[in-house]
Amino acid sequence: MDYNWDFATLFQNWRVFWIGLQGTLLMFGVTAVLGMSGGLVIGIMRYMKTPILAWPARAFVEIFRNVPVLVQIIWFYYAFPILTGVETSPFLAAVLGISLNTMAFSAEIYRAGIQSVEKGQWEAGKAIGMSFAQTMRRIILPVALKRVLPALTNRGIEVFKMSTLASVVAYVETLNQAKLIADLNYNPIESYTAVAVIFFVVLYPVVQATYVIERKLSRSDQ
Amino acid sequence: MTELVKVKNLHKSFGTLDVLKGINLTVEAGETVVLLGSSGSGKSTLLRCINFMETPTEGRVYLNGEAVGDDVNGKMRYKEADLCKLRSRIGMVFQHFNLFPHMSVLQNVMEGQITVLGRRQEEAKDKSMAQLQRVGLAEKASEYPSRLSGGQKQRVAIARALAMDPEVMLFDEVTSALDPELVGEVLKTMRQLAEEGMTMICVTHELGFAYHVANRVLFLNQGEIHEEGQPQALLKTPKTQRMREFLDGHALFKLPE
Repeated sequence: MDYNWDFATLFQNWRVFWIGLQGTLLMFGVTAVLGMSGGLVIGIMRYMKTPILAWPARAFVEIFRNVPVLVQIIWFYYAFPILTGVETSPFLAAVLGISLNTMAFSAEIYRAGIQSVEKGQWEAGKAIGMSFAQTMRRIILPVALKRVLPALTNRGIEVFKMSTLASVVAYVETLNQAKLIADLNYNPIESYTAVAVIFFVVLYPVVQATYVIERKLSRSDQ
Repeated sequence: MTELVKVKNLHKSFGTLDVLKGINLTVEAGETVVLLGSSGSGKSTLLRCINFMETPTEGRVYLNGEAVGDDVNGKMRYKEADLCKLRSRIGMVFQHFNLFPHMSVLQNVMEGQITVLGRRQEEAKDKSMAQLQRVGLAEKASEYPSRLSGGQKQRVAIARALAMDPEVMLFDEVTSALDPELVGEVLKTMRQLAEEGMTMICVTHELGFAYHVANRVLFLNQGEIHEEGQPQALLKTPKTQRMREFLDGHALFKLPE
């Protein structure tokens, strides 16, 4: 194969990619925080024995786990405004789609973590007079969160990559910008290769760092 | 003598299984009471009903003369906040220690004082160190539970309960999960507590402990108090066939004198 790679035009347009990367990082930051904190609330609700809390949480998880994120984003962008009269920007539609999906998945991670904590820990908290909420906050969650950290990291990586789905409603992020450049310069091969490289270069060091943190945290348990 | 713990006509069933069938028990301040009985006799359930780790199906519990819960037309109602308060006044130690793995020994002992009793950091720390001293583990304060032996873990669990200044201590088979050579240090700590005047209710299989430390021994059988009395008399010359069998079972492979 003798394809002549031409990355020169990409470098001339590095600002376009930079703006895209900023959009990606913003999307990741907002959806990761919303998704993982919301997921914690839903995960706890799902754990509780009170049906009025557990059932809505369960329905939420089932709905948003089983609908593709891409479909959700498109739905929030095109269908939601017609049904409610509320305009959704590309940003908002993508944030809704990705964070609701992340909430559903991370809720299950948190719930599994909470359930993995030995019953004796609940008993010990209860026996010194702690309430359910105090035991949950002081005893159960710290232990559970430490255990699910690898699974959460995994989810975080997934959320970061899911941000590219926002390009479907023309939200300005890396993939969307690459498409722009590809259309202008007729160099899709270089443009999309650049997207792949950017994602790898940003994610790889972060993931390595989380491994170090995980190892440090697990050491205090030994 | 003041009646510290009183249990009146206590029943507890799990579904169709009646575990406790009307227990009456009074424990006076400073007394050490040992509950004996084979597995399934209800001794642990009785202990857990005293601090409402389990809610009794029927009957009443009194701590220091105050009844727990409200009688609403003959049916007992318990408010969760009241039960939390009650549990903070009763120390409990478990078979499997249940220390908080993410906290150091010191933090384990401080936790309840700060979260439940609202003590200040400094005060809680001083109290904790004093209790760790009492169980002989002051030098382990900064260790994490995973670095301790079973016996040490159990003594930390005792210190954690003591730091709440409980009015009575409940011990639920606290030596059953320990290697035989670690049992002694925990029993010694418990005897020391008893001698210092702590009111204690202990479920145990350590007949020697019952013999030497208890003021009173209760033998539970099928959810009822089958026999009770002074340990020396009861353990040497039980009146009932059932209790004799139970004691014989324990002495099956005793070393010759």
